[in-house]
Amino acid sequence: MSGSPYAPHTDAETAAMLDAVGAADEAALFDIPEPVAFDGEFGIEPRSEQELRREMADLLGRNDDLTEFLGRGHYEHYVPSVVDSLSSRSEFLTSYTQYQPEITQGFLQALFEYQSMLVELTGLGIANCSMYDAATALGEAALLADRVRSVDGEVVLVPENLREGKRSVLANYVDGSDLRIETYPIENGTADVDALDDAVGEDTVFVYAETPTVRGCIEPNLAEIGEIADAEGAMFCLGSDPVALSILEEPASVGADVVVGEAGVLGLPAAYGMGLGLFACDEEFLRQVPGRLVGASEDADGTRAYTLTLQTREQHIRKQRATSNICTNQAWVALRAAMHAAYLGADGLVGLAEDCVTLARDLAADIDDVTGLQAPVDDRHHFREFVVGTDQPAQAIADDLEEEGFAVHVIGDHRLQVCITDANAHAADDLVAAFEEVAA
Amino acid sequence: MSENEPRTYDQAVYAVSDEENEPLLSEKRSETVESEGVLPDDLTRDDLTLPNPEEPELARHYTRLSQMNWSIESGPYPLGSCTMKYNPPVTEDVAADPNAAVHPDRSASSVQGTLGLLAGLQDYLARIGGMDAVTLQPPAGAAGEFTGIAVARAYHRANGEDRSEVLIPSSAHGTNFATAALAGYDVVELPSGEDGRVDMEALEAAVSSDTAALMLTNPNTVGLFERDIEEIADVVHDAGGLLYYDGANLNALLGRARPGDMGFDIMHYNVHKTFATPHGGGGPGAGPVGVVEELEPYLPNPRIEETESGYEFGESEDAIERVHGFQGNWLVLVKAYAYIARLGDSGLADASAKAVLNANYLAEQVDLEVPYGPFHHEFAATAGDAAAADVAKRMLDFGVHPPTTNWPEMVPEAMLTEPTEIESKQSLDELAAAFDAALGSTDEERHDAPSRTTAKRIDQTSAARDPRLSWQALEE
Repeated sequence: MSGSPYAPHTDAETAAMLDAVGAADEAALFDIPEPVAFDGEFGIEPRSEQELRREMADLLGRNDDLTEFLGRGHYEHYVPSVVDSLSSRSEFLTSYTQYQPEITQGFLQALFEYQSMLVELTGLGIANCSMYDAATALGEAALLADRVRSVDGEVVLVPENLREGKRSVLANYVDGSDLRIETYPIENGTADVDALDDAVGEDTVFVYAETPTVRGCIEPNLAEIGEIADAEGAMFCLGSDPVALSILEEPASVGADVVVGEAGVLGLPAAYGMGLGLFACDEEFLRQVPGRLVGASEDADGTRAYTLTLQTREQHIRKQRATSNICTNQAWVALRAAMHAAYLGADGLVGLAEDCVTLARDLAADIDDVTGLQAPVDDRHHFREFVVGTDQPAQAIADDLEEEGFAVHVIGDHRLQVCITDANAHAADDLVAAFEEVAA
Repeated sequence: MSENEPRTYDQAVYAVSDEENEPLLSEKRSETVESEGVLPDDLTRDDLTLPNPEEPELARHYTRLSQMNWSIESGPYPLGSCTMKYNPPVTEDVAADPNAAVHPDRSASSVQGTLGLLAGLQDYLARIGGMDAVTLQPPAGAAGEFTGIAVARAYHRANGEDRSEVLIPSSAHGTNFATAALAGYDVVELPSGEDGRVDMEALEAAVSSDTAALMLTNPNTVGLFERDIEEIADVVHDAGGLLYYDGANLNALLGRARPGDMGFDIMHYNVHKTFATPHGGGGPGAGPVGVVEELEPYLPNPRIEETESGYEFGESEDAIERVHGFQGNWLVLVKAYAYIARLGDSGLADASAKAVLNANYLAEQVDLEVPYGPFHHEFAATAGDAAAADVAKRMLDFGVHPPTTNWPEMVPEAMLTEPTEIESKQSLDELAAAFDAALGSTDEERHDAPSRTTAKRIDQTSAARDPRLSWQALEE
């Protein structure tokens, strides 16, 4: 085989085109000085489609077949087939950013609907049409606070048990600003509100809390946290996800100025951490919001139409004065999330969220019955996941569980964390049986 | 159809009335639901209202929306600097393997397939770019830029230097400027020379002991190869700065030149451009970053390492902080691996050859003036006395997607055109005919365009002046 399988030129056409441009051959078209030209080989053998399929199946087949009870920021819910089918239509999948809105109304409307669903779920005035993931959305939110808050503060306050990946991304984002990260304590899986109150001062510009927390606890004191932040003029940023938000307190009602989080809980399967950053905020920040916004307008016939708008905030117009450097975002993942949410509807979404509470509650109770295990460790209401105390070393239990075909988190010497959703609930009894084998 | 007549094109239009296209989901059927019972009232919201279509309605809604959308399978999509090339379905199929759907917190020993694929892609990218080490974590090109500049900063800090400036040519992508600012650097903009390339005198005047890096695209945004690249590298390196390669235009160089050989220290790859992973209406992409050996310790953790017992996660003490909460846009990376493997050396080199041939042929065929040259995979024609934006709208009526307009600013009324390797000679002839017909249209025809698309010309001003960003805002 020679040449790209996706370049359609016949030899005769190539010759005719070379003739038209006055070049002897293709090499003559390359204006590359000899000292920096490359005439070697990469050593990459081309594969036929069949060979490629076999190779990829063999390669990925080296992954062990484990039933995952893993969460901590990356969750799997069953994604209905219709979402795969519709989102894979090439008109969606292989299109690009909607720089010519007249010819990309379909995607623009879908993104407008995605934004609208987040507005409904958060109660906030605006949502953008995606960031990369929950961690980068948090980083962008802190920088938003730096731009819009009148207080002189430079402290970004986050929970001490913030997932390391998020803390690290946040640190990277604020490294180019004057902001610095401090933490507040966690007690029993949720914010220690008294300690948080002590930690917030006039130098605080941003207070971040999560519900559910990284340990799966539903935060019971959100309104109080919001008041503490507000009293010092700090921005209150809430981390959550669209499934949880369908039954938990509405962020606007607890004083959240910004909501960030992982919207890939809808529409994305387990994808090795690939995500969809949710970003919604109060309307007052409209002109400082990072990322793309789709707005409704009218066309020349007076018909409703959609377009990217307020692009003067964006890097391709504003350059170094842009609100963010984001260009390519997660548009197709947002489309899938909107499709999944629409498939579920309000009824289905609330039902799924209720399952996240009851499945975790029931599994924790069953695990608690196993000799040598205590669950849930935190005396809180849980969503999807909870911490398990172990008499035996946690790592040894997890290793043994892996032998039995199950994956769980190890989060301490005698702490495991287990996550259950509709996607793995069918195997809950088997997990409990495996725990009985290995935990005593 | 005669050779010089462009085809015309009607895009699907759906309407329930004369005033409205496909209705919003919220206008079809919504439902309000209250959660009862599983949690105490003080932890729950009062109710939730969302659309509630049945599955067949849902299928029709999104099918209609898809038909109101342009994609690479719809026709030519020559957006300059965006490299819109055909996305082969086989890469979708292999990425849909159930074994690819794993959680990022799995033990390394239980995901040897996943780590092997990532290690393989790192190796391929290193070879293609002439780099010594690669991270796959950045979830887009701009995130790759941010990673690269953070690596440069970490390197300078490790050398006890606090350099404050990043140099960027005026023609560069806006992301370069925004990235440097995000990382806390002052941006020093370099004017372009009369030949459209970096002005060496301006560079020498700008470079100093404050220079952390020069961010350069090569070929640049009008398709010109920076022939002075060795000298540019020397000037930057002599001042202690690093040379950063923006991979947006890498499709022009595959198998012909490598950034590492040109003296670049850091580069990012836009796998959604060069390696044909779908752009998905604006993402996801992936922006892996390659570096020379000296900079490898600063790449973000975790690094994938091959040991005698298999692949493991490695940590470097000097690593910059992370740029993604987990391992980046995994599904995109699977597709990139598959695309590179499908083409191999010969396919990659041919892709560049045909991309450059196509750009040169199209530039020859159109009646527009194309300043500068010789160029590689894209060219910036000028619409002359006509407004580039209006010419583009008129092109929509002729069955093609127009090029990028009004950028780069060094060409007045610029129409930055990148056909890529996937267009046939006939397709390019039709594209040229669409250009010429749009340019030959009257001002009134251009002003009234487009007329054969789902929406007619959209009022951008009122969209910005009176922002309505959700269906809730429409009801106000």
